[in-house]
Amino acid sequence: MTDATHGPDAVTGVTPDTGLRIAEQRAGGEMVAADGTPLKRSLNRALRREKLRALALVAPLFLFIVVTFIAPIADMLFRSVENQIVSETLPRTVVALEDWDGDDMPEEPVFAALAQDLAIAVELKNHTRLGSRLNYETTAASSLFRRTGRGADDIGEDAADRFVALDPAWEEPATWVGLMASPDWIEAQAEWAAGADDDAGPEPRFELRDGVADALPRAADMYAAFARVIRTEDGDSPTEEEPWPIVCRALHGDLIANPDAAAGFDGANAQLLAAAAEAAPAFEVTGFRDTFLDIDEDWGDTTIWETIKAFSSPYTAGYFLSAVDLQLTADGVARQPEDRQIYGLLFGRTLFMSLTIMGCCVLLGYPIAFLLANLPMRSANLLLILVLLPFWTSLLVRTSAWKVLLQQQGVINDLLVWSGIISDGGRLALINNQTGTIIAMTHILLPFMILPLYSVMKTIPPSYVRAAKSLGATNFTAFRRVYFPQSVPGIGAGCILVFILSIGYYITPELVGGTTGTFISNRIAYHISQSLNWGLAAALGTILLAVVLVLYWLYDRIVGIDNVSLG
Amino acid sequence: MLDGTGAFVEFDRVQKSYDGETLVVKDLNLSIGKGEFLTMLGPSGSGKTTCLMMLAGFETATHGEIRLQGRGINGIPPHKRGIGMVFQNYALFPHMTVAENLAFPLEVRKVGKAEQESKISRALGMVQMGAFGGRRPAQLSGGQQQRIALARALVFEPELVLMDEPLGALDKQLRETLQFEITRLAHELGITVVYVTHDQTEALTMSDRVAVFDDGRIQQLATPDELYERPENSFVAQFIGENNTLRGKVSAIDGGTCVVALDGGGEIDAVPVNVAKVGDPTLVSIRPERVEIDPQLGPGAHTLDAEVLEFIYMGDVFRTRLRVAGRDDFVVKTRNRAGQTRLAPGDKVRIGWLPADCRALNV
Repeated sequence: MTDATHGPDAVTGVTPDTGLRIAEQRAGGEMVAADGTPLKRSLNRALRREKLRALALVAPLFLFIVVTFIAPIADMLFRSVENQIVSETLPRTVVALEDWDGDDMPEEPVFAALAQDLAIAVELKNHTRLGSRLNYETTAASSLFRRTGRGADDIGEDAADRFVALDPAWEEPATWVGLMASPDWIEAQAEWAAGADDDAGPEPRFELRDGVADALPRAADMYAAFARVIRTEDGDSPTEEEPWPIVCRALHGDLIANPDAAAGFDGANAQLLAAAAEAAPAFEVTGFRDTFLDIDEDWGDTTIWETIKAFSSPYTAGYFLSAVDLQLTADGVARQPEDRQIYGLLFGRTLFMSLTIMGCCVLLGYPIAFLLANLPMRSANLLLILVLLPFWTSLLVRTSAWKVLLQQQGVINDLLVWSGIISDGGRLALINNQTGTIIAMTHILLPFMILPLYSVMKTIPPSYVRAAKSLGATNFTAFRRVYFPQSVPGIGAGCILVFILSIGYYITPELVGGTTGTFISNRIAYHISQSLNWGLAAALGTILLAVVLVLYWLYDRIVGIDNVSLG
Repeated sequence: MLDGTGAFVEFDRVQKSYDGETLVVKDLNLSIGKGEFLTMLGPSGSGKTTCLMMLAGFETATHGEIRLQGRGINGIPPHKRGIGMVFQNYALFPHMTVAENLAFPLEVRKVGKAEQESKISRALGMVQMGAFGGRRPAQLSGGQQQRIALARALVFEPELVLMDEPLGALDKQLRETLQFEITRLAHELGITVVYVTHDQTEALTMSDRVAVFDDGRIQQLATPDELYERPENSFVAQFIGENNTLRGKVSAIDGGTCVVALDGGGEIDAVPVNVAKVGDPTLVSIRPERVEIDPQLGPGAHTLDAEVLEFIYMGDVFRTRLRVAGRDDFVVKTRNRAGQTRLAPGDKVRIGWLPADCRALNV
């Protein structure tokens, strides 16, 4: 006996639901429409209009979400690995450090590179930012960079004095322009200066002359940087400004390394350079290393150099390592010192408290949802309003109310003391700890448990329980074997909702959690708004997101996401 | 047919009110014999389902007593009554397989595993669903689900099975097959069945006796043929089968026959059922298939003039709509046999019937 053929759902033939699938199965056989085009293409054409219409309806919200939700989150998550500040601020130092073995203080060339990088960074005023960044990894980096920044102006001053003493022409901006700038640029600049009125636009971009970078590599590099920086930062022109002392110091180094540099020049420039090259070995200039050690002896310590080397790549796992109580050292990954290990504890506490809150919500919400689903319409509506009432009250008001109720001199403690359950000296600590957070958050998240439960229970026909009873089950057995299993999808939905909401909750733990009742989100907020370590905040957030996704996946494996119903 | 002492199920002056203002069931007295198939038939809101729920134990009687095998069961909770029940929406537990559904009443009765299995396979065999034990209810068609629901209500071998419009959601063909199977099973197993439906065909074909409910009362309790042929009041006459009614007053009454003068003119013979004396207003009721066209009746028999309004060919019968005594909804059914004349709209005919087929009922 096969009833299926008579059943109302046994439809044979093509319906809108099955049409596409059937068409796909037959694709090998190439069905054709009446006009000879393949049926599939013909159908696609017919459906295209509908698809476009659906797309047009979705597009505004989609764009809104991309711009206001997905893009900012992606940007934020990206910050957890981004580390360009070191390689951008200290490009020469990073290159020079590549060969450093890490055992001793670096050699002179590294300090020279650092001097050049810092000179530029100080002018651009981003050496303090770099200091703050490195301070996340090694304490005192911030103050070291600030102190060094103040002394960086003077590096190379002695070399500049020697050059000027040799020939006052070295003091003239024009001398340097003649040496360094390309003839094209000089011409263009002169033209720009002659017609200098307000709407001529900015000065032409500085160009080095051919060959100078080979003959005098360091000086040319620094001079070009000098020209670029004063043009963009101060709006000055190299034709009017004497170069930074570090340029003279670089030129001195170049002339020592390449005494025949003048050969590439002609006229007055060649004579000037030749004279300088001849005199240079006799100049008494302080070495870069000594200069730095003079400014701050921390530069003699390998710690700061190790940190710079470890974080020299543009992308780093450092923030993530910090977020799990590890750190990146020159020797590889190591544990943070004991007193700085807090994130493991915080993640564990966040998970534990979220699960506790979820459990409390199930225990408190299930009976209410059951009552709601089984009361007559009128009373159920009234009760539903009571359940929803917290939604219409400000979150801050509710949390503050809990503060009033739970504090040591608060309503609940007063009642307990008055009724003699506890003594006046033994007032319970109900707030500014985990208890406070769990109580307040259970209350706040309870509706998110009750509503999905209610909507699922509402769809369970009373005839199931009746059938169970008519088959001989007691009330309890009927509930346990028949009603409860059918309400599990509601429990699942409520648990996911409450757990995910609570794991990222911020305001309530902040207000009632004290120090032991705060969540990882409070730490993230701290790094965003107070320590300004956005990279670490982003890494913590990424881990939190990953944990939620993994738990969601586990839930799907164990309970099955199809068993979740939001009503 | 049965007296109170031998009754298997007995309703004794049962009343039921939900709101304390109106009675849904008014003074119900009903005795059901062992092994009987009794159907409660009536329009929705007539109180039949409430009676069934009181018997099952899901509603409590406001007044009166319900007895099962002579024992009052008013205070006994449903799960201790041992009554099998089949619901309109099947109420198969969706999270259990068919076999688990059937095992449920056995498990709660602590029946051993081996015995469970033999009982389940026997019950599934009874409804010809032996191969479906591992399926989920959602994987079955409506008819298959109802078979399983039936098997589940029978698997723990109750002596009394209640069915609340069990075939209401099925299509016609399937309904007829299952009607037959339910009655067959009921007779084979010797169980007592109380069956609720609003479908009169179902009631007539399946039942030993039918209780016609209206307005919280049993209007008539009788075997199907008696119900159809000898309705005791105009509600039953109109509710069961197709029926022509004509309004009139009794003009002469003499023991087993009376003459009714119709309001629309003309006189007819009828059997007096709810009329006592000359001048009583009455509704006379006559089945469409008992009406004869151009009748060959004895002398002195009354006939009526009629005009054909509509003629419908229905295959096995012709259905002719006539204007009779001022009413134009008078229907006559004639068998489609060789030589039967086919009338056309506008034809003038005379109609008549045997006095015994026409019943003068209450208004």
